[in-house]
Order: sequence, then structure tokens, then C-alpha cells
Amino acid sequence: MRMFTVCTLSLVAAPLLAAGTLITGAGATFPYPLYARWFSDYGKARAEVQFNYQSIGSGGGIQQVTRGTVDFGATDAPMTDDELTRAPGILHVPTVLGAVAVVHNTPVKDLRLSGAVLASIFLGTVTRWNDPAIAALNPGTALPSSAITVAHRADGSGTTAIFTDYLARVSPEWLKSVGRGKAVKWPTGLGGKGNDGVTALVKQAPGAIGYVELAYANQNALPVVALQNRAGVFVRPTLASTTAAAAGVTLPGDFRVSITDADGKDAYPVAAFTYLLIHADNPDTAKGTALARFLWWAIHDGQKVAPSLDYAPLPAPVVARVEERIRQLKAGGKAVVLEP
Amino acid sequence: MSMAHTAPLAMSGAPPRRAGSVRTGDRLWRLFLLAAGCGVFLLTALILIVLARLALPVLHQPGTWAFLTSSDWDPVAESFGALPFVWGTLVTSAVAVVLAFPVGLGVALFITEVAPTWLRRPVTFAIELLSAVPSVVYGLWGLFIVVPWLRETVEPALGAALGFLPLFSGPPLGLGYLAAGLVLAVMVLPTLASVSIEVMRTVPAGLRESAYALGATQWEVVRLAVLPHSRSGLVGALVLGTGRALGETMAVAMLIGNAPSVGTSLFAPGYSLASVIANEFAEAGSDAHVGALAALGLVLFLVTIAFNAAARLLIGRRQP
Repeated sequence: MRMFTVCTLSLVAAPLLAAGTLITGAGATFPYPLYARWFSDYGKARAEVQFNYQSIGSGGGIQQVTRGTVDFGATDAPMTDDELTRAPGILHVPTVLGAVAVVHNTPVKDLRLSGAVLASIFLGTVTRWNDPAIAALNPGTALPSSAITVAHRADGSGTTAIFTDYLARVSPEWLKSVGRGKAVKWPTGLGGKGNDGVTALVKQAPGAIGYVELAYANQNALPVVALQNRAGVFVRPTLASTTAAAAGVTLPGDFRVSITDADGKDAYPVAAFTYLLIHADNPDTAKGTALARFLWWAIHDGQKVAPSLDYAPLPAPVVARVEERIRQLKAGGKAVVLEP
Repeated sequence: MSMAHTAPLAMSGAPPRRAGSVRTGDRLWRLFLLAAGCGVFLLTALILIVLARLALPVLHQPGTWAFLTSSDWDPVAESFGALPFVWGTLVTSAVAVVLAFPVGLGVALFITEVAPTWLRRPVTFAIELLSAVPSVVYGLWGLFIVVPWLRETVEPALGAALGFLPLFSGPPLGLGYLAAGLVLAVMVLPTLASVSIEVMRTVPAGLRESAYALGATQWEVVRLAVLPHSRSGLVGALVLGTGRALGETMAVAMLIGNAPSVGTSLFAPGYSLASVIANEFAEAGSDAHVGALAALGLVLFLVTIAFNAAARLLIGRRQP
């Protein structure tokens, strides 16, 4: 009987104890695999904090944190000024970096492209693989005469935002006729749903070119394009060249910055930060403190697991800047206590 | 006046129980049924209202007609037109029904006229099984089997033979109206076949027997007795199948190519109403973008309702 009582009590009490602080978040799908790992690793060591993250997309994450239905949001593209005025007191905290790989389905090894030529391909003005513009960048390489099939994302996505932001920077023509955004009016090509949709299109159609998150390119062993960066060097997308892109950028105070076409000879030009959106002063002291401590952990210990999941860690100068920002956070009107 | 006269008459036909003596259980039960019945209408009305409210800015700004006839879909410039999506939805549904209707009709005739009794059940079962396959699975099958087959075999052959027609011109991409329409055809086949079977079962046995008695062959019985008698019901099946094809989302999104353009070739990639909503809604940032997607939803909703209502009318008229 006593055994039974003890069992019942522990059954009832266990979830109560574990529930200490439940922090809810919603947003970007791109960093979800890493965040899920972080929440699990962090929660294992500290039973008093639990996370519930819904990967509903960056747009949904911004909306929900603006309305206050979640404790934090997550987004790939930084919020616009317009969105920020509707969400006073929301801060961007970069967590890791992602890169967008340009993948192709041609027999050419080590294909090289410049931003301008890439834009022409996606604008539909360069339509064959042996176009003189491509040949000039790949001297001594035999290029097929096949037609280029452009594959792009059909669903609204942060990956598209990063990719079109890059094209808009390197091609005035692209900026004028298409612009940048999570969903744009593609001048040509086929649309696939999600990274896997684009991957399937590129894998199937000979002569196809598309863009996917670096992780997808690696996992599917797709041939990637080396892109010419601002310094004139052809760089393949790797975790190191992605981190290098962030190192060559002057960070503004609110971290909202595009790092496409970044300076530095090792920098891969189609990269971006992914952010958590948090309250500068969380009215709930317990939640605000727990989130601040988690962020501190994420930019130090958390960075170590990032490469194994194909995310590029933040460069040291950025970590230092984020540290500074975390120290300024408040919870319940008072400065957060970072040491437990 | 007439109400006052008929009311007591109607009452006298009812069991001899006064209104007040109806048990509370009965009354609650009736109330529940009433709520369930009206709830369905309420739900439909609410969906319409919510969609219309979201869509209002778009229907105001460029105007409904301009929205429906513009083929520009540019979320960056916030310029929205529905034509490519309406076009894609109609073209893929038409391809699906044109391909599936003869097959569905054949299956129905086989089951009701030709097949031995022991074979009818398994064939009916197999047809119904097709409708139990989730649409994502159809999409995957389409993407990995049908699309490569179309790109490498069917489309080059069609292009070589009939390439002079605009309908079969252009590069064989695989993805496009034809791929989506072909897979949709398999998806609407169960609807077409099962409704056709039901319709043909209502052909009076006397009619069939009279035709046979006059010395008609099986084909003549079908042509002279079965088909004329089932005509409006079969048109109903056609319309119902179209209605099913119009709203299909997942498989079409995976196969149509997702390019918002108005293509005249079946090989060209296009876009459909349902798939653009599924693709873009989650990350639609601006109110205008959300509103435009809601407006597309409204269009789809109204078109589907119109088709289903027409089908009900056509099939319903047949039954006594």
C-alpha cells in the first residue's frame, strides 16, 4: 500500500518538478535540428528548464513573438524596420551561421561561377552551359552544350531570402527586375517544395542548377559551385568559409546585417546569420533569466555541436559582441544574473 | 389563413400527445440534431466570411476583375494576379478528367454489364483502394516514376509526333501540366468509377431485358439502353470528379512545376490555386501577400462549391 502511495506521489510530482520553467518558442525551420539538439542537451543538465520549440517558419515566429504568444522567436532573415516598430523591445541574437549552396547536375567538376553570371542564369539570359560567360570563368574545362534548367524554392523560405539578397547585391539587373524576399517572382525555372523538393529537381533533371542549404548539399553529395567572392577568389561553401563570411563584416548594434557578398578572401558569399528573437526585458523574471543563461551556453558550449549538424559556428569577435549583449539583458526590470 | 387551417389537421395526424408532454430527452435530442445540422451551414458561412475579410484589401485595391485577369504574381512588389493559378487549376483538372473519364466509364460498364459476379467485388475494391492512397504518396510516385518517364519517353515522342500543335510544343521538362494532370487522373478515377457504377445500377432491369429481347448485342444494350438512361448521372460523375481534382493540393504542388505563368503547352510548368496557398502561406510576411493568398482561397472555394452543387443537381435528378 505504501509502495503504491509512493509510486503515485512520484508519478504526480515528477512532471511538476520537471516543469520548473517552461519556455516556449516558435520560428525558423532552418536551425530546427540544431535547436532541438541544444534544448535537449541543455535540458539534460538542468532539469528545471524545459523548452518547447515549434518550427513553423520565420514569418510565423516573428508574428508570434510580436503578439507575445511565445517567449522567444527565431528567424533567418532579420526583421524589417516595419516589423520591429510593431514589436517594441525585441532583440536579435545571432546563434549560428548558415550557407546556401548552389548545386548543379552536370558532369563538370569544380564548376566556377561569378555572382553576375549566376544572376544571369537565374534571370534566364544565360540558357546553355557552354555560354561564353560561363566558359570564361572555367578556362580549360569542357562544358556541355545542354540547356540549363533552373530550379528554385516554390515555398516562401529564408533560404530564398538569403539567395536573392546575394543576387540583388551582385546584379543591378536582378535588383531592378526581381528584388529580394522569401518569395519572389522568378523569371524562369521550376519550383520545388522545400530543400528536398529542389534537391529532387536538380538530381533528376540533367543540366539543372538550383540552390539549397549547405546541409542538404552535403548530405546528398550534390556537386556544388565555387562562387567568386568580393575579393575575386572562387570559394566553395564549407563551414569554415561560412564562418569567414561573418568575420569580414562590421556588425551593427542590433546585429541585423546581411553578410552576403562579404569581404575577405576566404569568405563564401551566400551566407547568413540565423537569429533568436528575445525580449530585452522579459517581464517574467524566471523565464528571462533562464533564456539569458541558455543563450550564454548556446554561444559557448552550444557552438561545439554545430559543425556536426552542418551549421557554421560564430567567429570569436561575434561571440564577444553577443556576450556583451547578453550581459545587458534584463528580466523583470532588473539585470539578469547569469551565474546560477 | 391557410396555415391556420392546415395546422390543426397536421396535428390530428400526429400521435395523441400534447406538445407539453414531449419528454425532455426527446427535446434535447432534437435540439442536438438541429445544432449539428445548422452547424455545418454555420461553419461554411464562417469560412467564407473569414476568407472574404482577409481578401478584402486585395479585392478592393486592384479590384476583383483585375485580380482575376492579371498574370503578375510578385510578392516583392506586392502585385498580385490570380490568372496563372486559375489557369493551372483548370488545365490540370481538365487533363485529369479527360484521361480518367473513359477509363472510369469502362470500369463501371465492366462491373455492371460484363464482369462475372465473382469478379465484381475485387475490382470495385481495387478501385476504392486507389482513393485510400494519401495524396503525398501520389506526389512521390509522380515525382520519381511518372515525371522521369514523361521527360524521357512520353513527352519527346508526343513532341515529335504532334509538336506542330501548341499543346505539345516546348522542351520536355517532365514537371508541368501534363504530369500533374496524369497523376490527378489516377486520383479522380475512384470518384468517377464509383459514381458511374451507382448511376448505372439505377437503369431498370426491364429496360435492359427489353433490349436483349429485341435481339440487341451487349454493345447495343449499352449504347441504346444503359448510356442514354444514365447520361445526366454520368455528366454528374464527370463534374464531381472535376471538383475533386480542382482542390487537390499536395500531389499537384509536387508535380506542376510551381511557375506562376500561363502556359499554352501541356509540357510547360504552371501553378495551381491550392498549391500556391500551401507553398507560400507559411512564410507570407506582408498583409497584402496574405490577403492575396486568401483571395485565391476564396476563388477556389467558390469554384469547388459551384462544381459540387452542379454535380449534385445532375446526379440527384436521376434518382426518383
